[in-house]
Amino acid sequence: MSDNKHQVHIVKYRTYLFVLLGLLIFTTLSVAVTSVELGPYAVVAALIFATLKSSLVLAYFMHLKFDQRIFIAMFALVIFVFLIFIVITFLDYKFR
Amino acid sequence: MSTVVKQEIHRDDIGSKTGMWLFIFTELLLFGGLFIVYTVYRFKYAGAFHLAGEELNVKIGFLNTVILLISSMTVAMSITAVQLGDRKKTVLFIIITLALALFFLVNKYFEWSVKIGHGLYPGSQKLFEFGNGDTLFFGLYFFMTGLHALHIIVGMTILIVMLFKVINKSINSGNYVQLENSGLYWHLVDLIWIFLFPLFYLIT
Repeated sequence: MSDNKHQVHIVKYRTYLFVLLGLLIFTTLSVAVTSVELGPYAVVAALIFATLKSSLVLAYFMHLKFDQRIFIAMFALVIFVFLIFIVITFLDYKFR
Repeated sequence: MSTVVKQEIHRDDIGSKTGMWLFIFTELLLFGGLFIVYTVYRFKYAGAFHLAGEELNVKIGFLNTVILLISSMTVAMSITAVQLGDRKKTVLFIIITLALALFFLVNKYFEWSVKIGHGLYPGSQKLFEFGNGDTLFFGLYFFMTGLHALHIIVGMTILIVMLFKVINKSINSGNYVQLENSGLYWHLVDLIWIFLFPLFYLIT
């Protein structure tokens, strides 16, 4: 782990531009989708777009795609813990 | 007999990044907890949250989303620049990021001013008359966007320090993990906004 000579992956400027373009498209789509009256599906749609956007940020901007795999595993673990919190909270809310 | 003391400068970039990620996880769980609070009250006061959400200006929210996304890209580009040893571009990208962050805060200032001008702020008489649902919505709105804005200010401070470190060459193409970690912090701020924007501005 204490080796500084690990392979450095330099991401091209162009890659970042494409990622930004994707993020802007998803943002516009989420605004468009929620402006239509979809009822409860609007929430689902907005959250799907937010998840897609955050995946792009995590993978490219935060270099999870290029860095050591351990960071992805750690991140997944935290999301798992967070999901447990959500489930427990809603079980409590529902069956109180 | 002479003794030669060989001092090895030890640097652990991966360890340092791991530490930054651990810190980011605590931040994610902090905001995650707030999102759970928001969701539960949204279920409880669906009607009031729906009407209160319509008060928020989607245009300003959208503009601020675009600003943060671009700033996230420029900070990522500053790392590419430093890796390529291009100090001028590194400085330029950090300055653009800082300018966009300031732009975001100015928008936020005007947005909050309008709300407060309309008597919508925590503890206001108007919200008291509207009832619990609106009070909770605007309480969470001000607390979560406020905490997020505080993170923007902290992120800007860190980036200003990094800017000087790049200028005086203590951050260079051989040693840039501090800039990488600052970038990670900035992306975290962006990540949180990606969820704040639809939950407060879009889903009404």
